[in-house]
Amino acid sequence: MDSVLPVVWFVVIAVLWTGYLFLEGFDLGVGMHMLVSARSEQDRRVMLNTIGPVWDGNEVWLLTAGGATFAAFPSWYASLLSTLYLPIVLLLVALIVRAVAIEFAGKVDDRRWRRVWDTAMGLGSFVAAFCVGAALSLTTTGLPLDANGDRVGGPFVWATWQAVLGGLAVVGFSLAHASTYLALKTDGPVRVRAGRFSARIAPIALLPIVGWVVELQLRRGTAVTWLLVAVAAAAAAGGWVAATRRHEGRAFLGYGVFLVLGVAALFGAAFPLVLPSTLSAAWSLTVWNASSSAYTLGVMSVVAAFGVPLVLLYQGWSYWVFRRRISPAAIPAAH
Amino acid sequence: MDVVAIARWQFGITTVYHFLLVPLTIGLGPALVFMQWRWVRTGDDRWYRMTRFWGKVYLVNFIMGVATGIVQEFQFGLAWSEYSRFVGDVFGAPLAMEALLAFFVESTFLGLWIFGWQRLPKRLHLLTLAMAAGASVLSAYFIIVANSWMQHPVGVALVHGRPRMTDVWAVLTNNTALVAFSHTIAGSAGVAGGFLLGIGWYQLWKRRSLGIDELDADGRVVPGEDPAQPGRDRLDHRVWINTLRVGAVVAILGFGAVAVTGDAQGKLLFQQQPLKMASAEAACETGTSFSVLAVGDVSSASCANVTNLIEIPFVLSFLANGDFSTPVKGVNELIPQYQRAYGSTLPTGSIYGSRSGATIDYQPDMTVTYWGFRIMIGFGGIAAFAAAVALWLTRKGTVPRSKRLMQLAVFGILAPFGANAAGWIFTEMGRQPFVVAPNPTGVDGVSLFTAAAVSPGVTAGELITSLATFAALYGVLLVVEVFLLVRVIRGGVAAVVPELDAPPPTDREDDVLAFAY
Ligand code: HDD
Ligand code: HEM
Ligand code: HEM
Repeated sequence: MDSVLPVVWFVVIAVLWTGYLFLEGFDLGVGMHMLVSARSEQDRRVMLNTIGPVWDGNEVWLLTAGGATFAAFPSWYASLLSTLYLPIVLLLVALIVRAVAIEFAGKVDDRRWRRVWDTAMGLGSFVAAFCVGAALSLTTTGLPLDANGDRVGGPFVWATWQAVLGGLAVVGFSLAHASTYLALKTDGPVRVRAGRFSARIAPIALLPIVGWVVELQLRRGTAVTWLLVAVAAAAAAGGWVAATRRHEGRAFLGYGVFLVLGVAALFGAAFPLVLPSTLSAAWSLTVWNASSSAYTLGVMSVVAAFGVPLVLLYQGWSYWVFRRRISPAAIPAAH
Repeated sequence: MDVVAIARWQFGITTVYHFLLVPLTIGLGPALVFMQWRWVRTGDDRWYRMTRFWGKVYLVNFIMGVATGIVQEFQFGLAWSEYSRFVGDVFGAPLAMEALLAFFVESTFLGLWIFGWQRLPKRLHLLTLAMAAGASVLSAYFIIVANSWMQHPVGVALVHGRPRMTDVWAVLTNNTALVAFSHTIAGSAGVAGGFLLGIGWYQLWKRRSLGIDELDADGRVVPGEDPAQPGRDRLDHRVWINTLRVGAVVAILGFGAVAVTGDAQGKLLFQQQPLKMASAEAACETGTSFSVLAVGDVSSASCANVTNLIEIPFVLSFLANGDFSTPVKGVNELIPQYQRAYGSTLPTGSIYGSRSGATIDYQPDMTVTYWGFRIMIGFGGIAAFAAAVALWLTRKGTVPRSKRLMQLAVFGILAPFGANAAGWIFTEMGRQPFVVAPNPTGVDGVSLFTAAAVSPGVTAGELITSLATFAALYGVLLVVEVFLLVRVIRGGVAAVVPELDAPPPTDREDDVLAFAY
């Protein structure tokens, strides 16, 4: 039992990250599309309202991933966050800006006011996506940690090409994912343009994440994770074909499955290292040496076994309640 | 500057800020549920308008709570990595439970409520609000369980120098947590009550000063209406007088509960963290007297030059023990005890950095604890008294014409916020120099000095950068939040219920959003 629970919790955390990247992926992407592909204020409002009821719930996946990591792998939580101090602070700032921008944009009916918050929303989404990707990528490639798990070297040791690749990967994926989401959730000009984006630009936007996954596989991949990568690639190709034929639902599904399996491959290849030390293999944090006691993991397992399905149930219900497409005509005057 | 000091400032600033927003959310949630429930039950439009108006205030505030809460979730790892490693086995659990069991419910159901006005059947729609409000209270419970474990560690054993959880039930039912939770919820009710009361007063005053409401010969209100302004009808008067009354009652009940639970907290504290309480009472010498006013140099933050000007005999003993004769240990007796029990210098080791071997000062900052405690109680008492007076003054259905009184009522909104902040600052700074205070009545050996808790790898430069960034960002957001709240409040009901301006078309498309960003 003692050796099973840490593995279970590694899987739980992988699931939480997958949920986060899948759900907030399109949130962040919608935020960026407000700068990239919106043509008018009307477009931006339509876009924003596709995520209106759900974005906060989506963000809680990140908070839960953080809380669960603290509970199940305290050393991982401590080393990762303190080592990536500045990028995480930047991430938090971006998330704060995004959150208030969403809420505040509609509170004053004035073009300039809206414009400022919409821009903040776009930039905040971009920075948040980039920082999340960079942090995750560094988690798979490793950081210069000493025996206590503390950073060796200055505040910028994380500035590597892997961080940039990971950052671009999540930005690119979010843009692609959001284009299929917008095509599925809107009507009118936004739908048309999003459909075009998902067919023409999305495949290019997916390249960085493919690069990250393949690079990690080459170093640490196993037969199983390579299989996941193959199926993921097929799903992405299927999504793309569907996008070119304007099958919006299938395109969304294809890119979505690609993400889920791609992240599974990443975590699968990383296992059992949760945070490698680039200085000495003996100092790497693993599923075994970073985890909490069996008792704590057991308690948390009961909580998760009860909580996670419940979350999926009511979040699923909320997507069902708000399943209708949003068209420019549906938006009332601001107040 | 010392990294410990910067990290403490950062934690203090961000957390106190978070906790300015949180009590309003916690307190306003159930009040909103009540309003909407009355509307669903009676169909009375006045409750509908109240729900819409206060719903908007609630949202503006809620989102700021969310925005600042995100920082909280990651702060422990950022600046306090040694702390996180030390406590992770037990402290992470309530944090994860809070996210999984409370935040998800809160955020999802609030989304359903905001956008669900026309999508969901009335009762189901009410239920979504109740779920969100309930989850806020649940979230408070979990985070206070975590915090109370730092005040009074239970349910653990010391294994390889670190606490390991052995009994989650003991952690969840920590007596410190149960009293702190009820005290905090009561304090939040006080905040929300004061808010409703102040705004109700302002709106009634506005109606009077515009000449809409008049008084009859007995001084009873005769509500009128202003045909030029859609929202200023007779019903509007009832909206605000109800708001005021609900607020006053909630505030009085809240502050009453705060006194009861606070007393229980104080009694526990004398056992669990005697030095914190002694210092809050400026009780330098062992004895039974309660200090009403201490002078001399309380600000030297120690007992060296403190003179108690006014003392009431036996009261301190009553506060601590419930009788009038048991002496309460003073600071001068406690400090040598602490030194014997927990050492007088910090150990040496890499995680202590330049703090290795430093002398430990067990005296919590006496200015802060002494005045923090008194501000909390004082502001709360004033607000409770004011709420009772307000109920009396408005018994005939409206408020006096006086502008001064109106300003007092609106300004009074701030007092309960101040009481809450003071209470937390007292609690947290009174715990120094420990971040995990030792438990003198139970588990032995589990404690952590704040000086040993910061991230060893993080530089002062990084900490200053983030501290400045958060402070600046929070400052800007405060301005925006206040600006928006003032706008919503000035606008009154008409600004949030647009149907009053122009009735909705009856052939409304099914998918038109009732609410949109
Ligand atoms: C409106 C707010 C408010 C009001 C009027 C009061 N308090 Fe309070 N108090 C708080 C809000 C608060 C709090 C929510 O800010 C704290 C901080 C930590 C906590 O658990 O509650 C607190 C802490 C706190 C503590 C410290 C607990 C600790 O350090 O572990 C004590 C002993 C009291 N309170 C006692 C009282 C008494 C005897 C009061 C009045 C008769 C009182 N409080 C009024
Ligand atoms: C919302 C209510 C809270 C407020 C207002 C608050 C306030 C503060 C303040 C003012 C400090 C600085 C203390 C000092 O400078 O001496 C502090 C420190 C700290 N608090 Fe709290 N706190 C709150 C709740 C919590 C909770 C719930 C936790 C844990 C879950 C917590 C954990 C800490 C930690 C780790 C520190 C840093 C160490 C220290 O300086 O003592 N606080 N808090
Ligand atoms: C230092 C410890 C704390 C941490 C780590 C923390 C964490 C968080 C986080 C991450 C959120 C955002 C949730 C979302 O996205 O929906 C949040 C909001 C919230 N927190 Fe805190 N919090 C702390 C202190 C407190 C305390 C002491 C209380 C209550 C007594 C509290 C009550 C709430 C509530 C009710 C919300 C809902 C949003 C709002 O208040 O406006 N928190 N908190």
